[in-house]
Amino acid sequence: MYSRGLRALSLATVAAFSAALGLVFFYAPIEADQGFLQKIFYLHVPLAIVALCGFVIGGIMAIAHLRTRDQRWDMRSYVAIHMSLIFGVAVLLTGSIWARASWGHWWVWDEPTLVSFLIVFLLYATYQPLRFAIEDPERQARYASVFAITAGAFVPLNFIAVRLSSSYVHPRVLGSTSNLPPSMAFTFLVSLAAMALLFATLCSYETCAKRTRMLLKARSRTLGFQ
Amino acid sequence: MTLFATTLPENSNDGYVAAAYIVFFALVLIYVAIMAIRLSRVERSVRELREQAARQHDGSLGRPHPEDTPPIAGDRRREREIV
Repeated sequence: MYSRGLRALSLATVAAFSAALGLVFFYAPIEADQGFLQKIFYLHVPLAIVALCGFVIGGIMAIAHLRTRDQRWDMRSYVAIHMSLIFGVAVLLTGSIWARASWGHWWVWDEPTLVSFLIVFLLYATYQPLRFAIEDPERQARYASVFAITAGAFVPLNFIAVRLSSSYVHPRVLGSTSNLPPSMAFTFLVSLAAMALLFATLCSYETCAKRTRMLLKARSRTLGFQ
Repeated sequence: MTLFATTLPENSNDGYVAAAYIVFFALVLIYVAIMAIRLSRVERSVRELREQAARQHDGSLGRPHPEDTPPIAGDRRREREIV
């Protein structure tokens, strides 16, 4: 049931990524200010957007879990947050590389966008230790859901706070794609779609694997092997 | 080193673009490798479960499971499995 459509999703991801990479390196023009270095923008920004959206989606799924008490929602919430954390690592690494190339430093502490993302990342880094510190599965799922909802609400608040801050050193993307030339905006949107597809595919794989392991354990118990 | 030096773009900043994309794809690759290891573990569990179920089933019928008996001479498949 969980693996339904996984092959089609995987193929769509590969196709979207191929298209995005082709557009980034062969179609989008070289930016006048940063030159070829600006190509990191098509990787770093979609990664950050998808990671933050993943955290929020994890919170929404946690709400569904608390409302329905259906364990599947808890598993989906866990997988979304787990995957967003991996994407978060990629955001921090690619962001550091971009910062080093354009500002000469791997990390800049007075830049609100960077620091706020790090805060969100570190907040979610406590999710798994918190979750697995609780042994009772029912309580574990409930506490993890409460955490996911609270932290998920913090993500858009954090984003708004950064937008309201006075520093405008970091490039603005959301709400300003209209400022990009059409070719760049199109490339960016394709990259964003490819990244979202990758997120969905990896989440599906993870959910499918977890579900299979759970079924296996349940079947072993039923047959009296464990 | 010479290979990397010649394949990387000439501008020193352009190497950072390659580094960013390599880091990203390496992360995805590591994740896929971990998933592959997990999958092989699941496959092993399924195989063990199937064998145990078959053994249990044969036990209830009162005949020994084929893997509990020595291979018959000439049964190449069973001999290979045991080796």
